[in-house]
Amino acid sequence: MTAETSMTASTSMGSTHPNRYQALWTLCQDSTKRLLKNPLTAVGLGVVIMLLLVALFAPWLATHDPLVQNLNNTLSAPSAAHWFGTDEFGRDIYSRLVHGARITLYIISLVTVIVGPIGLAIGAISGYFGGWVDTLFMRITDIFISFPSLVLALAFVAALGAGLEHAVIAIALTSWPPIARLARAETLQLRQADYIVAVQLQGASSARILCRHIVPMCLSSVIVRLTMNMASIILTAAGLGFLGLGAQPPLPEWGAMISTGRSYMLESWWLVAFPGGAILLVSLAFNLLGDGLRDLLDPRSE
Amino acid sequence: MTMIDIQSLDLSFGHGAQQAHILKSIQLAIDEGESFGLVGESGSGKTTILRCLAGQYNHWTGHISVNNQRLSHRLDRARCRLMQMVFQDPYGSLHPRHTIESILAEPLKIHGIDQRHERIGQLLSKVGLDDSFRYRFPHQLSGGQRQRVAIARALILEPRILLLDEPTSALDVSVQAEILNLLSELRQREGLTYLMVTHDLGVVAHLCDRIAVMQHGEILEVLGTDELLAGQAQHPYTQMLITHSRHKSEVPGQVTRV
Repeated sequence: MTAETSMTASTSMGSTHPNRYQALWTLCQDSTKRLLKNPLTAVGLGVVIMLLLVALFAPWLATHDPLVQNLNNTLSAPSAAHWFGTDEFGRDIYSRLVHGARITLYIISLVTVIVGPIGLAIGAISGYFGGWVDTLFMRITDIFISFPSLVLALAFVAALGAGLEHAVIAIALTSWPPIARLARAETLQLRQADYIVAVQLQGASSARILCRHIVPMCLSSVIVRLTMNMASIILTAAGLGFLGLGAQPPLPEWGAMISTGRSYMLESWWLVAFPGGAILLVSLAFNLLGDGLRDLLDPRSE
Repeated sequence: MTMIDIQSLDLSFGHGAQQAHILKSIQLAIDEGESFGLVGESGSGKTTILRCLAGQYNHWTGHISVNNQRLSHRLDRARCRLMQMVFQDPYGSLHPRHTIESILAEPLKIHGIDQRHERIGQLLSKVGLDDSFRYRFPHQLSGGQRQRVAIARALILEPRILLLDEPTSALDVSVQAEILNLLSELRQREGLTYLMVTHDLGVVAHLCDRIAVMQHGEILEVLGTDELLAGQAQHPYTQMLITHSRHKSEVPGQVTRV
């Protein structure tokens, strides 16, 4: 038996990739196929894509200006002219919902962009180095995690003043600790793995090991967690809007719409039902998508 | 010439009452170009010696010199280029999200070596894999192929010493023989020094010139493979290992296990 035997065996196994981009491309194709196999995930993905499209094409999709009041036509029921009815100032609820998608997406993406890297960096660093670094970072994380997130967000908004940007900062401050913990747990596990030890023994610096070897492995579970988080971000943002601390009138934020619609809820159900339905639909969609991504990306399921 | 010289190497983990003394004043001298085996039961400290040498454990005491240079407690680049390790489990030793090419290119990038594409191509053919493996992921490879990649990764920095931690024990019997042949071929061609851990006397007979028998963190006996095969072992523990292995080798198959 010589080394040649395996060379002939090798060509029969799997498809060959002429270059690395093609290898990545087939990986992406396979993943998408597997993602869409689950109908619930497909629905979730569909709704999220719809949200993106609605936000992108809001000015074209909206039938009215979301901010223009028409006091002659307040609280009118859903009709051909106003699909989802009008609110107490006669503004078209459908158009407000469509424009509100932009605000929702703005909040989600900004929070995720802030929270993902911070949580990942803190978690990976404390998990990898251990010792006092770990103790320091994890105690800070504990402090943040020990407050109920809405209460902490309320405190921050109260301190900074109401407004959309402040709501984003407040939500970001409250939602990084779970990500950091997740990344730390993953890193603790990975640190022992032979392939990390191997690259250490090759003389790689800690920064290189963290960035190129550990973070890519944590990334999948962090992405899943972030997607799941998006649902709670939407709810927290809506909650802050409802309490009057998020987006300020006349911005068509969904939570704020429910908040003002509350007073007219018994006579005019559409003021509350449509924004509420939108929040429900979108947060459910992000949860379903997160579930699907977890099935896809979890390294233990491979 | 002595390549690896270990004198009174001691290592323990934990503190106080829970302290576990893993290595107890180990003495070893391994010549250049030699293939040296560490044999013994699980937990006898074989792998720990390897990990001390490779630089994973740094709190040992004693004196280790490699290639006439005293080993420091910190892992430096020169040591990485002198000694590399091959791990036991080929399923756990390759990064699951990296292609074979990026696994092999990583050490070259770390050490700033150029002509990476050519070097990787040469090395792949050296370990019996063709160029089509370059852009595959480890999960698309069999166990034997993965271990070949792991050997290639250890060799890409052109080290003079290869530390082998039971390189065949996670593989099928037929693939074990292939990997052992590859290892002995590579040693002859590249003039490598092997220090290998195994608890498989068949592997020892196949690949090693001399072995040290270990138990409870101590070296009981150092003897040549010829002496081992001739049954000239002095220590009762070694004799027990051999009789167990003889007993099992009556079952057909070249590679036997203690």
